[in-house]
Amino acid sequence: MTATTTTQTPLANEPSPARRLLLTPTAGPLAALVLACVFFSFSTDQFLSGGNFSLIIQQVMVVGTLAIGQTLIILTAGIDLSNGAVMAFGGIVMAKLAVDSGLPPLLAITAGLAVCAGFGLINGLLVTRISLPPFIVTLGMLNVVFALTHIYSQDQTVTGLPAPLTFLGQTFSIGDTAVTYGSVLMIGLFLFFAYLLSQTAWGRHVYALGNSPEVARLTGIRTARLTVGVYTLAGLVYGMAALLLVSRTGVGDPQAGQTDNLDSITAVVLGGTSLFGGRGLVIGSLIGALIVGVFRNGLQLMGVPSIYQTLITGILVILAVTVDQLSRRRTR
Amino acid sequence: MTPVLQARGLVKRYGHVTALDGADFDLLPGEVLAVIGDNGAGKSSLIKVLTGAVQPDAGEIRLDGEVVRFRDPLDARRHGIETVYQDLAVAASLDIADNMFLGREIRRPGLLGSVLRLLDKKRMRAESAEHMAALKIGLRSLAVPVESLSGGQRQGVAVARAVAWATHVVVMDEPTAALGVKESGQVLDMIRRVRDRGLPVVLISHNMPHVFEIADRIHVQRLGRRVAEIKPGDYSMAEVVAIMTGALQLSDGKTVVTDQEAVKAAGVTRD
Repeated sequence: MTATTTTQTPLANEPSPARRLLLTPTAGPLAALVLACVFFSFSTDQFLSGGNFSLIIQQVMVVGTLAIGQTLIILTAGIDLSNGAVMAFGGIVMAKLAVDSGLPPLLAITAGLAVCAGFGLINGLLVTRISLPPFIVTLGMLNVVFALTHIYSQDQTVTGLPAPLTFLGQTFSIGDTAVTYGSVLMIGLFLFFAYLLSQTAWGRHVYALGNSPEVARLTGIRTARLTVGVYTLAGLVYGMAALLLVSRTGVGDPQAGQTDNLDSITAVVLGGTSLFGGRGLVIGSLIGALIVGVFRNGLQLMGVPSIYQTLITGILVILAVTVDQLSRRRTR
Repeated sequence: MTPVLQARGLVKRYGHVTALDGADFDLLPGEVLAVIGDNGAGKSSLIKVLTGAVQPDAGEIRLDGEVVRFRDPLDARRHGIETVYQDLAVAASLDIADNMFLGREIRRPGLLGSVLRLLDKKRMRAESAEHMAALKIGLRSLAVPVESLSGGQRQGVAVARAVAWATHVVVMDEPTAALGVKESGQVLDMIRRVRDRGLPVVLISHNMPHVFEIADRIHVQRLGRRVAEIKPGDYSMAEVVAIMTGALQLSDGKTVVTDQEAVKAAGVTRD
């Protein structure tokens, strides 16, 4: 491949990109997604259409975006139970500042993003400075932020949002399929973070941290700073999810996102990312979110009651974690 | 000959426990120096001080004759001292090139690197391949995660990384402790190749046969001090163990028996 192949180097035996994809933990979830699509295409004739796919993406865009931040944190062997609550608070902040306080909409959005990043920063500092387990920190934060949301909003839904806050819910057309700008933002975020994780030194460090904080530290990575950065960045992504949420529903809703923390973990796990950290791809979480979306949509079109959709999602999660555990055992 | 790495009068206390009690240390150019000692002899404290992991309470360290102070392991590394740890060496899910360059990644030239922070994976792979080949570490592919390698190969990656970056000293802390016989042999071969390239190696090991096989000199640590600096050929393994445990003492290069019973138990036949 390069000039160095004159000496006997292992470079000649690099696996091809296709083979490398097969070796990633995302191969299984991708196959499952394709199989599910094929199955529903044959089971119901409404499934296979651009409009339906656009709808599925819209339905998963909030949880999918939350799953990006969740993936970052899980890759460091952490977990975030507070992301849905943080998003709901961010949404209320944006809506209330724009509507009740009369702030310029863009300023209100910026404030919402900053607040979400701020909660991420606090989570990160608690995890690193006081060495608390991420599970406990974010469980506490979940309750704190949930309460703050209700106190600040006085349990009132905020309506009458100005246009910039609902812009992402608008659509444009590809052929005769209407696509929301929000869907584009979500996919753009996935691609952006896939790039950061796979093509930059920062991404390598996140994986190393998830593999072993001690190894990362001994190789000179400033692990505390990296961890705080990851939680803060995740918070910023939750802020974008908040904007997507507000755009999609058209209101600031204090009740929003209450199961989204677990749904985002579901997407990450279904996407093949290991809860033990250091293994997985952010694109997998998009696939995981889509698997849930496709099953819900397809089963609904088939007329299966929604409780069975939840049942199947649960079974899929257990299956995904089992596969992860078994594959880890094999490599040991 | 100026020692590459030298220490005089190192003291390190943890509360009431004195881990280092005026320890000296000398590493000469191009040698493999084994550091041995019983548990609690201050071996690991010595190594931690020399690699910047802990700061001594007293004493001085010289690198190429210049007094140095290491604030942390990164600082020691910047001075060209690389350490291979027993089992904390590599990030399991990253591939070999990623591990070789972890924390020192090379970015693509131009805007791709400076603005987009894009890594130069091709160059890092090629350079990793050269480093691995130089130590004759045979691998099928550099793109597989290191967790799929054998223990010996994994240790090979860690050694190759240390050698690639070390300009002064490579320190190996029990590099064969977790390995089988054949793999240990491979690591010892690697250590020899490192020495042959002119890099001095500090080898901390419990394994006497390994020490005698590879070391040019042996530093014996006991009760927080260096009690002997010897050549493996001059003493038997049993004698070295007796020095380590305090049954034998050296004065002016001669053996002084201090504990007849213990010496007999250790199987030392020389008087």
